[in-house]
Amino acid sequence: MPPDPTSRHSSSLPAWPSEGTHEIPFAAYTDDATYRRELERFFYKGHWCYVGLEAEVPRPGDFKRTVIGERSVILVRDEQGALQVIENVCAHRGMRFCRERHGNRKEFVCPYHQWSYTLRGDLQGVPLRRGVKQDGQWLGGMPADFKPAEHGLTRLRVATRGGVVFASFDEQVESLEEFLGPEILRWFDRLFNGRALRVLGYNRQRIPGNWKLMQENIKDPYHPGLLHTWFVTFGLWRADNRSQLRMDAHGRHAAMISTRGKAGAAGTVTAVSSFKQGMALHDPSLLDIVPEPWWGEPSVVMTTLFPSVIFQQQVNSVSTRHIQPVGPGAFDFVWTHFGFDDDTPEMTERRLRQANLFGPAGYVSADDGEVIEFSQQAFASKPDGQALAELGGRGAEDTEHMVTETLIRGMYRYWRRVMEAQS
Amino acid sequence: MSFETWMALQQLYADYAAALDAGDWDRWPQFFTEQCVYRIQPRENHERGFPLATLSLSSRAMLQDRVYGIRETLFHDPYYQRHVVGVPCIRQVEGNHIHCEANYAVFRTKLSEPTTVFNVGRYIDVVARTPEGLRLASRECIYDTELIPNAIIYPI
Repeated sequence: MPPDPTSRHSSSLPAWPSEGTHEIPFAAYTDDATYRRELERFFYKGHWCYVGLEAEVPRPGDFKRTVIGERSVILVRDEQGALQVIENVCAHRGMRFCRERHGNRKEFVCPYHQWSYTLRGDLQGVPLRRGVKQDGQWLGGMPADFKPAEHGLTRLRVATRGGVVFASFDEQVESLEEFLGPEILRWFDRLFNGRALRVLGYNRQRIPGNWKLMQENIKDPYHPGLLHTWFVTFGLWRADNRSQLRMDAHGRHAAMISTRGKAGAAGTVTAVSSFKQGMALHDPSLLDIVPEPWWGEPSVVMTTLFPSVIFQQQVNSVSTRHIQPVGPGAFDFVWTHFGFDDDTPEMTERRLRQANLFGPAGYVSADDGEVIEFSQQAFASKPDGQALAELGGRGAEDTEHMVTETLIRGMYRYWRRVMEAQS
Repeated sequence: MSFETWMALQQLYADYAAALDAGDWDRWPQFFTEQCVYRIQPRENHERGFPLATLSLSSRAMLQDRVYGIRETLFHDPYYQRHVVGVPCIRQVEGNHIHCEANYAVFRTKLSEPTTVFNVGRYIDVVARTPEGLRLASRECIYDTELIPNAIIYPI
């Protein structure tokens, strides 16, 4: 559970200009002490973080190395078929022993001194534990009271739902379902409704901006029709698309839900007359969109889970986007595109083609990375500045339209509550 | 392979790199056949058999659309590219198609910034003999670069 919100202290963290969260201090994106506290309070405590998909480790012994916050962890399927997440830090000298990013193992061995661990992280072998025998005497070795059971790898709590795997360093963390809350759970279950997933591949990029900016980007329905002119040019986005913005009770997670509009020229709702309209693609197969039964009404649902992941459904393209912070000024962004086991070859082809819109070279994603980088540049050079998020008011509530920054304010309401709490 | 074909292949590689380094985007689709394939794919996906590419275009028309995107819709920081491409290695010649590969390194220079290594990998190509000369029927850029430095806007 989040810390008690009643007791506040300022410590040395950057001050907010007002009580609300419609003015965000630039220092919240650059300050090192703030960042360290975010890692402790969001990534390592009280939250479930994304680690991967079950489909990435289908067989016993399959593992995937990944990251929670800045900590290296290993998702592995043990001999019994259960999913384990263990920290990639040898209990002996602390080495990050696992260097491969994926593979299959019967055990984990740290090469430094050959300490070996089961797939559950239990210490099973310590070379020279009893020392060496010389001239009839045992010399050296571990103390007689050394208990291997006390020196296993750090094992995280694990939760899975719909083929998605989360882990937490926090023994006390609430259940995954409570963590998501009923509103977000509904959108999660729409996408991950129990069908087996099929991994289509990865994209990895390093974005030189604070990790929160990516959460904000996908909580901001103001920008798509304005920054992503590709959407507007080819008729995929209208600010008056029927849409809903939904948050969990804390305001930390959100879903942006929209249904493609049918009529009217794009410029009439964006009010940006310079945009070219009615352009046609030379090759229209990129926009060969086929509605799928599981969508229901909405054609686009973007779900932000705080702090570590974004789930994308943009028409036929579905992916997870994993946020891996690297200091206050950068994060790695790992995209896992997937499909479903019952996809036809044509649907797989369609998902792959539409993936051109997303990722580090995507028509409507590459520019997100760019604007995040240039925001961070300004934050770093002007510590007393502040960002504004007043579109749609100064409060934070669910809406039935897109012309609002309510989800950003909601996220920071939660952020302030946790960050400003005493310990 | 005849000396003339070898020379023409070298010329194709050199012209392609020169056009991209000059930012001559209109020229770029002209190096390809009409039904071409152009892909920029992480080595990881390539070697593990995952079909996803960072960019995957399957006709010359799609390349023209990418050019439109670069010019008109994709907001980005402008940058120079400099390609250094190795000598092509011929894998196979069958009929009118040459299967060949070449290493490449692309350096990126942003305005007022130092030059950095942007993308490193190899081209896996199928080059077709056409009445207009050699054209790329397929170019896959399989890159080692584990983390893309933010964004890839221009073709490689």
